[in-house]
Amino acid sequence: MSELVRMEGIDMRFPGVHALKAVNFDLRKAEVHALMGENGAGKSTLMKVLSGVYQPGAGRILIDGTEVTVPGPRAAQDLGIGIIHQELALMKDLTVAQNIFIGREPRKSFGRLDEARLNAAAAALFASMNVTMDPRAPVEGLTIARQQMVEIAKALSHRSRVLVMDEPTAALNDAEIAELFRIIRQLRSEGVGIVYISHKMDEIKRIADRVTVMRDGAWVGTVEAADTPIARIIAMMVGRELTDETVQIPDLSVAETALEVRHLGRGRAVRDVSFSLKKGEILGFAGLMGAGRTELARLIFGADPRDGGEIIVHGQHRQISSPEQAVRAGIGYLSEDRKQFGLALGMDVRANIALASLPRYSDMLGRIDEGKLGEIARDYIARLAIRTPSDAQEVRLLSGGNQQKVVIAKWLLRDCDILIFDEPTRGIDVGAKAEIHRLLESLAADGKAIIVISSELPEVLRLSHRIAVMCEGRLTGFLPGGASQEEIMALATKRDSMGEGEAA
Amino acid sequence: MTTTTAKPVPAARKGGGAQQKLLAFASLIVLVIGFSLASPNFFQVANIMAILQATSVNGVLAVGVTLIIITGGIDLSIGTLMTFCSVMAGVVLTWWGMPLVLGVAAAIATGALCGLISGTFVARMKIPPFIATLGMMLMLKGLSLIVTGTKPIYFNSTPGFTTIAQGSLIGAVIPEFPVPNGVLILFLVAGAAAWVLSRTVLGRYTFALGSNEEAVRLSGVNTAAWKMAIYALSGAICGIAGVLIASRINSAQPALGLGYELEAIAAVVIGGTSLAGGRGTILGTLIGALIMSVLTNGLRVLSVAPEWQTVVTGAIIIVAVYADQLRRGRAA
Ligand SMILES: Nc1ncnc2c1ncn2[C@@H]1O[C@H](COP(=O)(O)OP(=O)(O)OP(=O)(O)O)[C@@H](O)[C@H]1O
Ligand SMILES: [Mg+2]
Repeated sequence: MSELVRMEGIDMRFPGVHALKAVNFDLRKAEVHALMGENGAGKSTLMKVLSGVYQPGAGRILIDGTEVTVPGPRAAQDLGIGIIHQELALMKDLTVAQNIFIGREPRKSFGRLDEARLNAAAAALFASMNVTMDPRAPVEGLTIARQQMVEIAKALSHRSRVLVMDEPTAALNDAEIAELFRIIRQLRSEGVGIVYISHKMDEIKRIADRVTVMRDGAWVGTVEAADTPIARIIAMMVGRELTDETVQIPDLSVAETALEVRHLGRGRAVRDVSFSLKKGEILGFAGLMGAGRTELARLIFGADPRDGGEIIVHGQHRQISSPEQAVRAGIGYLSEDRKQFGLALGMDVRANIALASLPRYSDMLGRIDEGKLGEIARDYIARLAIRTPSDAQEVRLLSGGNQQKVVIAKWLLRDCDILIFDEPTRGIDVGAKAEIHRLLESLAADGKAIIVISSELPEVLRLSHRIAVMCEGRLTGFLPGGASQEEIMALATKRDSMGEGEAA
Repeated sequence: MTTTTAKPVPAARKGGGAQQKLLAFASLIVLVIGFSLASPNFFQVANIMAILQATSVNGVLAVGVTLIIITGGIDLSIGTLMTFCSVMAGVVLTWWGMPLVLGVAAAIATGALCGLISGTFVARMKIPPFIATLGMMLMLKGLSLIVTGTKPIYFNSTPGFTTIAQGSLIGAVIPEFPVPNGVLILFLVAGAAAWVLSRTVLGRYTFALGSNEEAVRLSGVNTAAWKMAIYALSGAICGIAGVLIASRINSAQPALGLGYELEAIAAVVIGGTSLAGGRGTILGTLIGALIMSVLTNGLRVLSVAPEWQTVVTGAIIIVAVYADQLRRGRAA
């Protein structure tokens, strides 16, 4: 099989972080090569070196056997290397076609843009991918999955022979993932070499030919996907064996009700939702993308105005029309989109952890007790194993998974009684995921009432004492913890609301 | 392995911030040395004091607007607000004959109130800061002229008013070093603002709002209220500037004010604060304001025409921001 890319002895340092330690990596023609590793292992950094975003301190890169330098993203494009970054980077106000050909717009005489040719070229690209997409649609209105298609088309428009995908499925639902895999397989059959980064272990068997594992910035090994058990790959990633855990459902028959929601609604997104949640309970919310789970969480948290309904916290009706009031009522919300809604990226780890709790750590003059906050931040960094050189590191410099842990630390510090976790482990590696699951369990054991929204059914099943399923803005039913995936899917596609009497 | 590397390493930004201030500070030193070599009249105690005195009003305004710029906002009304505050001091002191303290208090309170109003426009009514404060700028300019009937108010009947900016407490103790009170006030205001920014909840939210306002709101913080507080604080600082300028010219000149906002914003930008919000320092702003007045003064000492001084100031803004971009490009 012919070798497309070879990276040898790649070394890279950031201030305080030795991000890549003499890493080797190679990619063949017509293969899907999975790159795995814990949060902060250096996967994204290695691929940014390949695509010219960073210059390595040492090491060499060979393409088709000849040594090359990749001084910038433009040079990478010319070498046929396309990358779809972990954070999608599309211009929201432009159309699909305008995004794909940005900087390379076809011209007519006098420098006029040739929109017709632009749209035709984009349409041809999508046709070759067997994807239906309107090139004139503005990107803003597209789902993440559709935006990803646009990114792929953009990479292909450069005639890329190497395509790097950094956690492409993190925000996709099952149907969308299937569609993405179809495109990946098609590209592979056309000879494209694909580097595939993901934290979802089940995807390796489905799509990867070979797997390279990194740990702590170093290369651990490269194996054939077909004849390596998942457990072996996990062990390579975390450096130890992980044991499978299942949910232990506590007896909550005498527990007090912490939160009760009655007839909550907002337009078509959330329709007449009622449920209650006990102290010490973990209530999982399952459903397909767009089922209204995040919208429901935002209503409970006062982040969006609601059309109607009541929120009762510890037996008292609470007027919750802003996040401030929600937090005061003891409700914390961990958003699914940490970049946009969870973090002040330019601020350091300590400030982000403290963001929701500042009044508690300041005196009457508003002076902040920095010493105390530093101590607390370092404690959370240790407890959640947040990989950062110090508590004074800017959050934007952390790897994706470690940023997520910072958001979790923020809400743990705020000490809310009712915590809503929206996709708590999106983009988080297997080891840390197990830790976060155990953490949620211990929080529940401490008497906190917890709602977990997750698009990964195994996660819902792993955590939930009880499962609520939503479809098209309605609650379609409740299932006991440990229900089967089939039962959940049946409710997740049931289009009419459950009867009144069933409401728990 | 999921243990953390808890080695305390100097954080990237601290290094970067220090570097940036160093750059501005170095430019200031280079300017001072350059002008000193070019003209023997430049590095004289009297001239240095004149430079400092000339910095005081712009410096105080720049410190105030730095707070707003860090939140990602902008305030175009600070110049005319300053004037309106000095007019209100004139009304209380000269027209109503109240004691000095009340005049100063009136100026500061007026500033805080107008800042609060701007803050309400921005935070509650969601009017973009540029527009809201543009409106305030014009309203306040008009109000100053209406209240005074377009005539200046003089402070001759208030003994001690001119010493607020022109006297020298330090000079009374160390005669060789007659630092005007206006300068002392500038440094006090700057020190207080720097303290608020780095040590208090208000300061922390100032940076956080500029960094990601929605994330702050979803952390359960009443972002609108804090933003209004920041605009009010900045307004109060404009009130102090109003007292300073009135004291320096012993009058409230209702037609003055327009243009001061741009000078102040220029000082903030030269000092390395990002107009995109989220980062900035008071020390940088102070150095930026000093660079501007050293430049104006030095060119005047060298008998360069005032028109050229304006051209040079404009160029300096571009150079300063470009230098910052270069530094950041390298860091990233
Ligand atoms: N620009 C930067 N400055 C400083 N440190 C950085 C920078 N970029 C990455 N790092 C650090 O380098 C290490 C590797 O980060 P990288 O983003 O490659 O991890 P990753 O394997 O992609 O993790 P994840 O699965 O969480 O996305 C991390 O410790 C991260 O904090
Ligand atoms: Mg990554």
